[in-house]
Amino acid sequence: MDNDRINQIIEKHQCEASSLIQVMLEIQSIYHWLPKEALELVSDKLKVPLTRIQHIATFYKAFSLVPKGRHGIHICMGTACHVRGAGRILDSVQDLTGIKPGETDLDMKFSLETVNCLGCCALGPVMEINGKTHGKMAPAKTADVLKNYD
Amino acid sequence: MSDIILTIDGKEVSAGEGSTILEAARSVGIKIPTLCNHEKLEPYGGCRICTVEAEGRGGTQLVAACLYPVEKNLVVRTRSVKVDRIRKMILELLLAHAPDSMEMQDLMKEYGADRNRFEKEASFCIHCGLCVRYCAEVKKANAVGFIDRGTRREISFIPEIASSECWNCKECFPLCPTSALQAAYVLTEALNSLTHPFRHGPEE
Repeated sequence: MDNDRINQIIEKHQCEASSLIQVMLEIQSIYHWLPKEALELVSDKLKVPLTRIQHIATFYKAFSLVPKGRHGIHICMGTACHVRGAGRILDSVQDLTGIKPGETDLDMKFSLETVNCLGCCALGPVMEINGKTHGKMAPAKTADVLKNYD
Repeated sequence: MSDIILTIDGKEVSAGEGSTILEAARSVGIKIPTLCNHEKLEPYGGCRICTVEAEGRGGTQLVAACLYPVEKNLVVRTRSVKVDRIRKMILELLLAHAPDSMEMQDLMKEYGADRNRFEKEASFCIHCGLCVRYCAEVKKANAVGFIDRGTRREISFIPEIASSECWNCKECFPLCPTSALQAAYVLTEALNSLTHPFRHGPEE
Protein backbone atom coordinates (compact mmCIF):
# COMPACT_ATOMS: atom_id res chain seq x y z
CA MET A 1 0.00 0.00 0.00
CA ASP A 2 1.19 3.45 -0.95
CA ASN A 3 0.84 5.86 1.98
CA ASP A 4 1.76 8.89 -0.13
CA ARG A 5 -1.03 8.21 -2.54
CA ILE A 6 -3.57 7.96 0.27
CA ASN A 7 -2.20 11.14 1.84
CA GLN A 8 -2.63 12.88 -1.51
CA ILE A 9 -6.28 11.88 -1.64
CA ILE A 10 -6.83 13.06 1.91
CA GLU A 11 -5.11 16.39 1.24
CA LYS A 12 -7.16 16.88 -1.89
CA HIS A 13 -10.17 16.95 0.40
CA GLN A 14 -8.43 19.24 2.94
CA CYS A 15 -8.73 16.64 5.71
CA GLU A 16 -12.45 17.40 5.90
CA ALA A 17 -14.38 14.83 7.92
CA SER A 18 -17.41 15.53 5.74
CA SER A 19 -15.49 14.26 2.69
CA LEU A 20 -15.05 10.84 4.31
CA ILE A 21 -17.15 8.93 1.79
CA GLN A 22 -15.45 10.67 -1.17
CA VAL A 23 -12.04 9.75 0.22
CA MET A 24 -13.16 6.15 0.76
CA LEU A 25 -14.57 5.96 -2.77
CA GLU A 26 -11.28 7.15 -4.26
CA ILE A 27 -9.28 4.62 -2.28
CA GLN A 28 -11.75 1.94 -3.32
CA SER A 29 -11.41 2.85 -7.00
CA ILE A 30 -7.60 2.66 -6.86
CA TYR A 31 -7.19 -0.59 -4.92
CA HIS A 32 -10.63 -2.16 -5.57
CA TRP A 33 -10.91 -2.56 -1.81
CA LEU A 34 -10.24 -0.66 1.40
CA PRO A 35 -7.05 -1.91 3.07
CA LYS A 36 -7.10 -1.60 6.85
CA GLU A 37 -3.90 0.48 6.92
CA ALA A 38 -5.52 2.97 4.55
CA LEU A 39 -8.59 3.28 6.76
CA GLU A 40 -6.43 3.78 9.84
CA LEU A 41 -4.64 6.59 8.05
CA VAL A 42 -7.94 8.14 6.98
CA SER A 43 -9.29 7.85 10.52
CA ASP A 44 -6.19 9.56 11.88
CA LYS A 45 -6.13 12.41 9.36
CA LEU A 46 -9.84 13.11 9.12
CA LYS A 47 -10.36 12.69 12.87
CA VAL A 48 -13.19 10.24 12.32
CA PRO A 49 -13.35 7.23 14.65
CA LEU A 50 -12.53 3.89 13.06
CA THR A 51 -15.86 2.49 14.27
CA ARG A 52 -17.67 5.04 12.13
CA ILE A 53 -15.53 4.28 9.07
CA GLN A 54 -16.13 0.57 9.61
CA HIS A 55 -19.87 1.21 9.86
CA ILE A 56 -19.89 3.13 6.57
CA ALA A 57 -17.61 0.64 4.80
CA THR A 58 -19.96 -2.23 5.70
CA PHE A 59 -23.12 -0.21 5.03
CA TYR A 60 -22.56 0.60 1.35
CA LYS A 61 -22.12 -2.16 -1.18
CA ALA A 62 -19.71 0.03 -3.15
CA PHE A 63 -17.06 -0.59 -0.50
CA SER A 64 -15.21 -3.81 0.14
CA LEU A 65 -13.09 -4.73 3.15
CA VAL A 66 -11.61 -7.73 1.36
CA PRO A 67 -9.43 -7.63 -1.77
CA LYS A 68 -11.32 -7.89 -5.05
CA GLY A 69 -10.20 -9.49 -8.30
CA ARG A 70 -8.94 -7.56 -11.33
CA HIS A 71 -12.25 -7.99 -13.10
CA GLY A 72 -15.62 -7.49 -11.46
CA ILE A 73 -18.46 -9.56 -12.89
CA HIS A 74 -21.96 -8.34 -12.12
CA ILE A 75 -24.82 -10.57 -13.13
CA CYS A 76 -28.25 -8.99 -13.19
CA MET A 77 -30.89 -10.86 -11.22
CA GLY A 78 -33.63 -8.29 -11.80
CA THR A 79 -37.12 -9.37 -12.81
CA ALA A 80 -36.63 -9.01 -16.57
CA CYS A 81 -33.27 -10.82 -16.57
CA HIS A 82 -34.59 -13.40 -14.13
CA VAL A 83 -37.44 -14.46 -16.41
CA ARG A 84 -35.04 -14.60 -19.33
CA GLY A 85 -32.82 -17.07 -17.53
CA ALA A 86 -30.34 -15.07 -15.43
CA GLY A 87 -30.18 -18.01 -13.03
CA ARG A 88 -28.67 -20.23 -15.71
CA ILE A 89 -26.18 -17.50 -16.69
CA LEU A 90 -25.12 -17.33 -13.06
CA ASP A 91 -24.78 -21.10 -12.86
CA SER A 92 -22.56 -21.24 -15.91
CA VAL A 93 -20.35 -18.35 -14.72
CA GLN A 94 -20.05 -20.04 -11.33
CA ASP A 95 -18.96 -23.24 -13.04
CA LEU A 96 -16.42 -21.44 -15.23
CA THR A 97 -14.87 -19.30 -12.51
CA GLY A 98 -15.36 -21.66 -9.58
CA ILE A 99 -16.64 -18.87 -7.34
CA LYS A 100 -20.01 -17.95 -5.86
CA PRO A 101 -21.52 -14.45 -5.67
CA GLY A 102 -19.53 -12.31 -3.22
CA GLU A 103 -16.35 -14.33 -3.69
CA THR A 104 -13.02 -13.75 -5.44
CA ASP A 105 -10.92 -16.49 -6.99
CA LEU A 106 -7.45 -17.36 -5.71
CA ASP A 107 -5.69 -15.83 -8.74
CA MET A 108 -7.45 -12.52 -7.98
CA LYS A 109 -8.78 -12.62 -11.52
CA PHE A 110 -12.55 -12.42 -11.07
CA SER A 111 -14.93 -11.23 -8.39
CA LEU A 112 -18.53 -12.28 -8.82
CA GLU A 113 -21.55 -10.28 -7.62
CA THR A 114 -25.24 -10.41 -8.33
CA VAL A 115 -27.10 -7.13 -8.75
CA ASN A 116 -30.78 -6.38 -8.84
CA CYS A 117 -31.07 -4.27 -11.97
CA LEU A 118 -28.56 -2.71 -14.34
CA GLY A 119 -31.19 -0.54 -16.00
CA CYS A 120 -31.12 -2.09 -19.46
CA CYS A 121 -33.84 -4.72 -19.16
CA ALA A 122 -34.38 -4.88 -22.93
CA LEU A 123 -30.90 -6.46 -23.19
CA GLY A 124 -31.65 -9.16 -20.60
CA PRO A 125 -30.19 -11.35 -19.43
CA VAL A 126 -27.36 -8.94 -18.74
CA MET A 127 -23.85 -9.56 -17.47
CA GLU A 128 -21.54 -6.62 -16.77
CA ILE A 129 -17.76 -6.97 -16.57
CA ASN A 130 -15.66 -3.98 -15.49
CA GLY A 131 -18.53 -1.69 -16.39
CA LYS A 132 -18.93 -3.10 -19.90
CA THR A 133 -22.39 -4.49 -20.56
CA HIS A 134 -22.81 -7.85 -22.24
CA GLY A 135 -26.46 -8.14 -23.21
CA LYS A 136 -28.61 -11.02 -24.48
CA MET A 137 -26.39 -13.53 -22.72
CA ALA A 138 -26.80 -17.27 -22.96
CA PRO A 139 -25.13 -19.90 -20.79
CA ALA A 140 -23.17 -21.11 -23.83
CA LYS A 141 -21.87 -17.60 -24.60
CA THR A 142 -20.43 -16.86 -21.13
CA ALA A 143 -17.21 -18.78 -21.74
CA ASP A 144 -16.51 -16.73 -24.88
CA VAL A 145 -16.98 -13.48 -22.97
CA LEU A 146 -14.91 -14.52 -19.95
CA LYS A 147 -11.94 -15.68 -22.00
CA ASN A 148 -11.34 -12.07 -23.14
CA TYR A 149 -10.27 -11.19 -19.59
CA ASP A 150 -7.11 -12.26 -17.86
CA MET B 1 -37.02 28.95 29.86
CA SER B 2 -40.77 29.21 29.68
CA ASP B 3 -42.77 26.25 30.86
CA ILE B 4 -45.11 24.39 28.58
CA ILE B 5 -48.32 22.92 29.93
CA LEU B 6 -49.39 19.60 28.49
CA THR B 7 -51.56 16.72 29.58
CA ILE B 8 -50.16 13.27 30.20
CA ASP B 9 -52.65 10.53 31.10
CA GLY B 10 -55.15 13.16 32.20
CA LYS B 11 -52.66 14.92 34.47
CA GLU B 12 -51.58 18.49 33.80
CA VAL B 13 -47.81 18.61 33.57
CA SER B 14 -45.54 21.60 33.11
CA ALA B 15 -42.24 21.01 31.42
CA GLY B 16 -39.35 23.16 30.21
CA GLU B 17 -39.19 24.05 26.55
CA GLY B 18 -37.16 21.54 24.57
CA SER B 19 -37.65 18.70 27.03
CA THR B 20 -39.14 15.45 25.84
CA ILE B 21 -42.41 13.73 26.68
CA LEU B 22 -40.41 11.08 28.53
CA GLU B 23 -38.74 13.65 30.79
CA ALA B 24 -42.04 15.39 31.45
CA ALA B 25 -43.76 12.12 32.32
CA ARG B 26 -40.96 11.01 34.64
CA SER B 27 -41.04 14.36 36.46
CA VAL B 28 -44.56 13.57 37.70
CA GLY B 29 -43.91 9.88 38.27
CA ILE B 30 -45.61 8.48 35.18
CA LYS B 31 -43.63 5.47 34.01
CA ILE B 32 -42.88 4.95 30.34
CA PRO B 33 -40.81 1.85 29.58
CA THR B 34 -37.50 2.36 27.79
CA LEU B 35 -34.69 0.11 26.59
CA CYS B 36 -32.37 2.36 24.61
CA ASN B 37 -32.62 5.43 26.83
CA HIS B 38 -29.81 6.48 29.17
CA GLU B 39 -29.57 9.70 31.15
CA LYS B 40 -25.98 10.37 30.10
CA LEU B 41 -26.62 9.82 26.40
CA GLU B 42 -28.41 11.68 23.64
CA PRO B 43 -31.89 10.31 22.94
CA TYR B 44 -31.70 7.67 20.24
CA GLY B 45 -35.23 6.42 19.53
CA GLY B 46 -33.94 3.00 18.58
CA CYS B 47 -36.11 0.56 20.51
CA ARG B 48 -39.50 2.33 20.13
CA ILE B 49 -40.74 0.68 23.34
CA CYS B 50 -41.50 4.19 24.66
CA THR B 51 -44.10 4.73 21.93
CA VAL B 52 -47.02 6.86 23.17
CA GLU B 53 -50.09 8.41 21.61
CA ALA B 54 -49.75 12.18 21.25
CA GLU B 55 -52.80 14.24 20.36
CA GLY B 56 -52.29 17.77 19.15
CA ARG B 57 -52.19 19.86 16.00
CA GLY B 58 -55.45 18.29 14.92
CA GLY B 59 -54.52 14.65 14.97
CA THR B 60 -53.29 11.71 16.99
CA GLN B 61 -49.81 10.41 16.27
CA LEU B 62 -47.75 7.55 17.61
CA VAL B 63 -44.44 9.02 18.69
CA ALA B 64 -41.33 7.93 20.55
CA ALA B 65 -41.57 9.64 23.94
CA CYS B 66 -37.79 9.79 24.36
CA LEU B 67 -37.43 12.00 21.26
CA TYR B 68 -40.67 13.96 20.94
CA PRO B 69 -40.38 17.49 22.37
CA VAL B 70 -43.23 18.74 24.55
CA GLU B 71 -45.74 21.04 22.92
CA LYS B 72 -48.39 23.38 24.28
CA ASN B 73 -51.77 21.66 24.79
CA LEU B 74 -50.41 18.28 23.74
CA VAL B 75 -52.49 15.42 25.09
CA VAL B 76 -50.38 12.32 25.70
CA ARG B 77 -51.65 8.85 26.48
CA THR B 78 -48.94 6.53 27.73
CA ARG B 79 -51.23 3.51 28.05
CA SER B 80 -54.01 2.72 25.63
CA VAL B 81 -55.15 -0.37 23.79
CA LYS B 82 -53.21 0.75 20.71
CA VAL B 83 -50.02 1.64 22.58
CA ASP B 84 -50.09 -1.60 24.55
CA ARG B 85 -50.57 -3.61 21.37
CA ILE B 86 -47.60 -1.90 19.72
CA ARG B 87 -45.37 -2.39 22.75
CA LYS B 88 -46.36 -6.04 22.93
CA MET B 89 -45.43 -6.50 19.27
CA ILE B 90 -42.10 -4.70 19.66
CA LEU B 91 -41.30 -6.86 22.69
CA GLU B 92 -42.16 -10.06 20.87
CA LEU B 93 -39.92 -9.08 17.97
CA LEU B 94 -37.05 -8.21 20.31
CA LEU B 95 -37.58 -11.39 22.33
CA ALA B 96 -37.07 -13.45 19.19
CA HIS B 97 -33.48 -12.16 19.32
CA ALA B 98 -32.93 -12.27 23.07
CA PRO B 99 -35.55 -14.53 24.70
CA ASP B 100 -33.91 -14.57 28.13
CA SER B 101 -33.01 -10.92 28.46
CA MET B 102 -33.47 -9.99 32.13
CA GLU B 103 -34.53 -6.43 31.35
CA MET B 104 -37.34 -7.57 29.14
CA GLN B 105 -38.81 -10.21 31.48
CA ASP B 106 -40.86 -7.72 33.54
CA LEU B 107 -42.04 -5.89 30.44
CA MET B 108 -42.97 -9.23 28.92
CA LYS B 109 -45.26 -10.00 31.86
CA GLU B 110 -46.74 -6.52 31.96
CA TYR B 111 -47.69 -6.44 28.31
CA GLY B 112 -48.56 -10.12 27.99
CA ALA B 113 -45.96 -10.66 25.30
CA ASP B 114 -45.34 -14.20 24.11
CA ARG B 115 -41.65 -14.79 23.57
CA ASN B 116 -42.37 -17.79 21.38
CA ARG B 117 -44.57 -15.90 18.96
CA PHE B 118 -41.83 -15.43 16.37
CA GLU B 119 -39.26 -17.94 15.32
CA LYS B 120 -36.14 -17.59 17.47
CA GLU B 121 -33.23 -15.90 15.83
CA ALA B 122 -30.88 -15.63 18.75
CA SER B 123 -28.46 -12.88 17.83
CA PHE B 124 -28.88 -11.51 21.38
CA CYS B 125 -28.22 -7.96 20.27
CA ILE B 126 -31.37 -5.81 20.13
CA HIS B 127 -29.54 -2.84 18.58
CA CYS B 128 -30.29 -0.46 21.43
CA GLY B 129 -26.94 1.16 20.71
CA LEU B 130 -26.22 1.78 24.41
CA CYS B 131 -22.68 0.35 24.26
CA VAL B 132 -21.86 2.07 20.98
CA ARG B 133 -23.16 5.44 22.10
CA TYR B 134 -21.70 5.21 25.61
CA CYS B 135 -18.27 4.40 24.18
CA ALA B 136 -18.50 7.30 21.71
CA GLU B 137 -20.28 9.97 23.74
CA VAL B 138 -19.12 9.41 27.32
CA LYS B 139 -15.79 7.59 27.05
CA LYS B 140 -14.81 8.99 23.62
CA ALA B 141 -12.96 5.72 23.03
CA ASN B 142 -14.97 4.46 20.04
CA ALA B 143 -13.89 0.90 20.67
CA VAL B 144 -17.22 -0.62 19.65
CA GLY B 145 -19.43 0.24 16.72
CA PHE B 146 -22.15 -1.06 14.46
CA ILE B 147 -21.34 -2.90 11.25
CA ASP B 148 -23.48 -3.83 8.26
CA ARG B 149 -27.12 -2.85 7.94
CA GLY B 150 -30.69 -4.05 8.14
CA THR B 151 -31.17 -7.59 9.41
CA ARG B 152 -27.42 -8.23 9.33
CA ARG B 153 -26.50 -5.29 11.58
CA GLU B 154 -24.41 -6.18 14.61
CA ILE B 155 -21.95 -4.69 17.06
CA SER B 156 -18.25 -5.12 16.56
CA PHE B 157 -15.18 -4.14 18.56
CA ILE B 158 -12.08 -2.70 16.89
CA PRO B 159 -9.40 -5.05 18.25
CA GLU B 160 -6.60 -2.46 18.23
CA ILE B 161 -8.62 -0.02 20.32
CA ALA B 162 -10.36 -2.60 22.51
CA SER B 163 -7.10 -4.31 23.45
CA SER B 164 -5.80 -1.16 25.10
CA GLU B 165 -8.95 0.68 26.21
CA CYS B 166 -11.48 -1.87 27.38
CA TRP B 167 -9.88 -3.74 30.28
CA ASN B 168 -9.89 -0.76 32.62
CA CYS B 169 -13.28 0.51 31.52
CA LYS B 170 -15.93 -2.10 30.75
CA GLU B 171 -18.51 0.52 31.73
CA CYS B 172 -20.68 -0.56 28.82
CA PHE B 173 -21.05 -4.09 30.22
CA PRO B 174 -23.84 -3.34 32.73
CA LEU B 175 -25.66 -1.21 30.15
CA CYS B 176 -26.31 -4.10 27.78
CA PRO B 177 -29.86 -5.40 28.21
CA THR B 178 -29.00 -8.80 26.77
CA SER B 179 -25.30 -9.55 27.46
CA ALA B 180 -24.64 -9.69 23.71
CA LEU B 181 -21.97 -7.05 24.24
CA GLN B 182 -19.98 -9.15 26.69
CA ALA B 183 -20.11 -12.02 24.20
CA ALA B 184 -18.84 -9.77 21.41
CA TYR B 185 -16.01 -8.56 23.66
CA VAL B 186 -14.88 -12.04 24.63
CA LEU B 187 -15.09 -13.13 21.00
CA THR B 188 -12.91 -10.22 19.86
CA GLU B 189 -10.46 -11.00 22.63
CA ALA B 190 -10.28 -14.68 21.67
CA LEU B 191 -9.92 -14.01 17.95
CA ASN B 192 -7.09 -11.52 18.45
CA SER B 193 -5.19 -13.11 21.32
CA LEU B 194 -2.03 -13.36 19.23
CA THR B 195 -2.16 -10.25 17.04
CA HIS B 196 -3.52 -7.83 19.63
CA PRO B 197 -3.22 -9.32 23.10
CA PHE B 198 -5.79 -7.72 25.38
CA ARG B 199 -4.46 -6.06 28.45
CA HIS B 200 -5.40 -7.97 31.59
CA GLY B 201 -4.75 -6.14 34.78
CA PRO B 202 -4.35 -2.70 36.26
CA GLU B 203 -2.85 0.25 34.44
CA GLU B 204 0.91 0.27 34.57
